Amino acid sequence: MPKRVVSLWFPRLASDRFLRARPIDAPFALTQRQSNTQRLYCLNLLATQQGLQRGMGHSDARAFCPDLQSHPADLVGDQRFLHVLARWAKRYCPWVGFEGVDGLVLDITGAAHLFGGEATLLHDIHQRLARAGLLVKSGVADTRGAAWAFAHYGTGEAIQAQPLDAIGRLPVAALRLEEKVCVGLQRLGVRFVCDLSALPRATVTRRFGSEVLLRLDQALGTQAESISPLPNPSRYRVRLSLPDPIGLEADVMAGTARLLDQLCGKLKGREMGARVLLLTLRRVDKANQQIELRLACAMRDPLRILPLFERGVGQIDAGFGIDQLHLAATLVEPLPVQQMSHAHGRVDGRLDDLITRIGNRIGLENVQRFLPADSHIPERSYIIAPAAYSDPAGPWVNLRERPIQLFPPEPIMGAGPSPPAFLRWRRMTFRVERATGPERIAPEWWLSDENWRSGVRDYWKVETKQGRRLWLFYTPQNPGWFVQGQFA
Amino acid sequence: MLSDFPDHFPPRPNRVHEVCGPNAFGFAFALAGHLRGSVLWVREAWQADQINPAGFSPYVDPHSLLIAKGNDQTEVLASAEEALRSGAVALTVIELTKPIGLTAGRRLQLAAEAGQSMGLCIVPEGTGSNAVETRWHCTSVFDPTDSTLQRWELIKNKSGTLTAWDVRWNAEARRIIVVSEARERPVP
Repeated sequence: MPKRVVSLWFPRLASDRFLRARPIDAPFALTQRQSNTQRLYCLNLLATQQGLQRGMGHSDARAFCPDLQSHPADLVGDQRFLHVLARWAKRYCPWVGFEGVDGLVLDITGAAHLFGGEATLLHDIHQRLARAGLLVKSGVADTRGAAWAFAHYGTGEAIQAQPLDAIGRLPVAALRLEEKVCVGLQRLGVRFVCDLSALPRATVTRRFGSEVLLRLDQALGTQAESISPLPNPSRYRVRLSLPDPIGLEADVMAGTARLLDQLCGKLKGREMGARVLLLTLRRVDKANQQIELRLACAMRDPLRILPLFERGVGQIDAGFGIDQLHLAATLVEPLPVQQMSHAHGRVDGRLDDLITRIGNRIGLENVQRFLPADSHIPERSYIIAPAAYSDPAGPWVNLRERPIQLFPPEPIMGAGPSPPAFLRWRRMTFRVERATGPERIAPEWWLSDENWRSGVRDYWKVETKQGRRLWLFYTPQNPGWFVQGQFA
Repeated sequence: MLSDFPDHFPPRPNRVHEVCGPNAFGFAFALAGHLRGSVLWVREAWQADQINPAGFSPYVDPHSLLIAKGNDQTEVLASAEEALRSGAVALTVIELTKPIGLTAGRRLQLAAEAGQSMGLCIVPEGTGSNAVETRWHCTSVFDPTDSTLQRWELIKNKSGTLTAWDVRWNAEARRIIVVSEARERPVP
């Protein structure tokens, strides 16, 4: 069966992608900074009609076309979008590769009849991409080079004929040659591919190097050219089927250990670490029992992970027995190999294991740590973040003494801006012996906080004869006294 | 007559201790600062009052403290037992709102021995488990010249006598200093 290749070219991939998200009915261009100048990178149809071209300076373009709208280009985003398109193109054939930064190449050998032939397939591709708002040009041929030539320089129709007849009337640039070589060939009067193939091969090679003939041979099919397809996304799941059902906890753990070894080997090969593991135990009566293990950090050490499964396995109802174990890493994170150094000290994973154990009992987000925040408001001077998803970072700055305990403000009796001599709080009476203050803290007006509606606060540290040292505040704008904290 | 304080503080390692009184939190932070390791603070999620990292940073580095919030006392005790048994943290502070029985107390004690780490239960005044090694009662004391003076009383001790000390926290040295009773006494 002859090979058939479809080449897709998205001439305006970057601007089409941007305009899909934010349609603009005006000349539009994406700009890119190249050697200290903003240059046009990708234009829409209206901008092209105004006479603008790719590569011209942004300021020149604006002089030509004052209503030009522009936006900086995002090359990484474009690449990601091309990946998405490549994944989408797998609906037509499994063999999809990239062609430069703005094209795809599909090997549809033996797949076209599933869509009713090549013409229908191409029509389908065009229709779907047009609906998605993408301009596409396509070519189909026996070789990758010829398909590229049709996509870029042909009429875009599927042409079936002898290779040389088909691409013979296309310009030499359709052979994927460099600009310089094309100009050189044109100076010699070689304008079309058929002219080039008519020349003696030895003279062409002597003049232009082997590249030109290689491209010609690739387009004509005498030289093979491969398409490297995208790798399939890795799947981290392993399975163990048992000839006889098992039910003992130790047996299940032994099976899990075997699966973990395999899975961690897989993870290690790709430098990934598991974050969530799902162990499915299939019973003889086809009822599934699942154990989900959420880890406090990305891990791939089977010896450390295995003990964490003990509690979950202990709670499993084995019924008449378990005949299949299925272990999957449902959430993975990159975990590159790290250089051991004296600067980090010896990092032992015991604390992470502890967070995992406790987290699987009370919920991983309920194991928390404090992180410093930039605010004078006492209750906002720190953030509480889940320990598994945050790292201790940032300095703790203490300008003034702060209480070790903070309560929601509790109103007490008191009048006037200076602290009362006696106060009743939580059914206890205190005599104030010494009061330090006031320290005025103003609400952060840029955040609306219900508790700070009463305006600025004057904080006092009050030491009582009974011993307790309390943190009171007075709100001068809405007179009232409150207790908010307690010192050591 | 100050020499017996180092025998009692820090309290015996690999055991669970209890603290009560108005300044129990201060005792917990002082002990955590003294042990110089990571701390796990286990409490129930509904409690409205918070420990304030800006306040306790003179005692403990807030980055070395983790909080675990359980839904009820059972979850709190289970988490605390895990933490004590693993030995990954130097001190596990357990905030208890209801008295625990002898079984629960003994389980915590066994876990602490297995994991070679220390536990500290903050209990409401007047309650406590019989299984604990020591129980402390901590109050702040007013003093005209000092604003960190505290009184620590040992009100239960399985292996020794009961004593009381007036202490204060020295923030520069990050340690507890016993105040000489003969020289300085709290104003009555």
